[in-house]
Amino acid sequence: MIKSLKSRAHDLSSTEKQLEFLANGQFADGTLPTFKEKIKSSGIEKLKPTQIEIFQVNVGYMCNMTCKHCHVDAGPDRKEIMTIETIDECIKLLKQHKIKTLDLTGGAPEMNPDFRYFVTEARKAGVNEIIVRSNLTIFLANPKYHDLPEFFKENGVRVVSSLPFYNADKTDRQRGEGVFTKSIEALQMLNKVGYGKANSGLMLDLVYNPSGAFLPAEQEMLERDFKKELKQHYDIDFNSLFTITNIPISRFLEYLIDSENYEDYMDSLVTAYNPMAVEGVMCRNTISVDYDGHLYDCDFNQMLDLKVAAPKSQHIKEFNVKALQERDIIVHQHCYGCTAGAGSSCQGATV
Amino acid sequence: MQKTYYDPADLKKFGQISEFEPDLAEKFFDWYGDTFKEGALTSREKTLIALAVSHAIQCPYCIDAYTSDSVKKGVSEAQMMEAVHVAAAIQGGATLVHGVQMMNKAKKLSM
Repeated sequence: MIKSLKSRAHDLSSTEKQLEFLANGQFADGTLPTFKEKIKSSGIEKLKPTQIEIFQVNVGYMCNMTCKHCHVDAGPDRKEIMTIETIDECIKLLKQHKIKTLDLTGGAPEMNPDFRYFVTEARKAGVNEIIVRSNLTIFLANPKYHDLPEFFKENGVRVVSSLPFYNADKTDRQRGEGVFTKSIEALQMLNKVGYGKANSGLMLDLVYNPSGAFLPAEQEMLERDFKKELKQHYDIDFNSLFTITNIPISRFLEYLIDSENYEDYMDSLVTAYNPMAVEGVMCRNTISVDYDGHLYDCDFNQMLDLKVAAPKSQHIKEFNVKALQERDIIVHQHCYGCTAGAGSSCQGATV
Repeated sequence: MQKTYYDPADLKKFGQISEFEPDLAEKFFDWYGDTFKEGALTSREKTLIALAVSHAIQCPYCIDAYTSDSVKKGVSEAQMMEAVHVAAAIQGGATLVHGVQMMNKAKKLSM
């Protein structure tokens, strides 16, 4: 298994180094426009939020897997984890601001020792929708996780699961040896309790992200393929497929550089820039929270340590809706990932 | 003056052929775009045909473009290679089937 950039003390484990890298090269010599310049040419001087609808909480960077493309640089060696005190602060905010959606991510969010507490408290707090971004293999990683499908069902959780492809070869190359087989087993466990089945009300969505230096194909076409292949070979049902573009940061950036794909990949993102996709970028209606309670425009900015540009509201303890609404969203070259082609967000294509 | 006939960067400049003759270029690109739309054949089938033809006509730009497109559309490596074999088989067959013409002529000339 590969190790995190952090434990390897890799240059790219420094967020400053990543940002420096993204600012240089084609973007410094004028070959490609910076993201700021590009949106300006579409008449957007500053990217502003709409309304906070989604509270995306990263409950820790620990994960049972070390995927090659991980933008979090997550892995078993990452110890950053949200405490129960911070979880309580989040619950307080969810109640107070009547936030519609709680989106739990990680790492493997289920590995946070207070994960179940967070979900049940959020449900009691009256949150409309609780999303858990699950890597699937966690269900089988330890007997204490075997009942997660039942737990999700009891709490009406919407499960969003990563599955980069409907065959073992491409999936395992990105996520590790044997991951496909485990993911299939986990999906069958979810189906068994009703997830993804018609009229069950239990939503199971899959996330496709390209296993290499290319952009996702059309979401509808891939969803059709996934549904056909997974049903035919494994009798698996699911609701929707979300295509997500790989964002050029962290371990995916490392891969792009090592495979000498970085320049071409950035060029393809810039070429595929779609002004319509800027409208629907998720940072406009989402607030991202890290394990320590700090606030960011999105999970990617969190990983680049770019805290919200609202100096008086950079932590859940000083959460100020007005300040957050008035802020400018921080953009950099990695944002091209969310505006390419049909757009990309945690809910898939945006156009 | 560039020292090679082919430059990978030229692929991105394909659209610039309109600079010398805009009307025909526009017609070509419209027709090209429509050809690759999902129809009686799926867009993936069309991509695989294009990949095979790219090899038959040995166009490096086309091989670059349609390999990328195949990977993006989830075409497997085995499927891509089978498509190349189909192109090669037709080319090989086209050469060999002329062997009949050679034989006809040789037999006619011989006692």
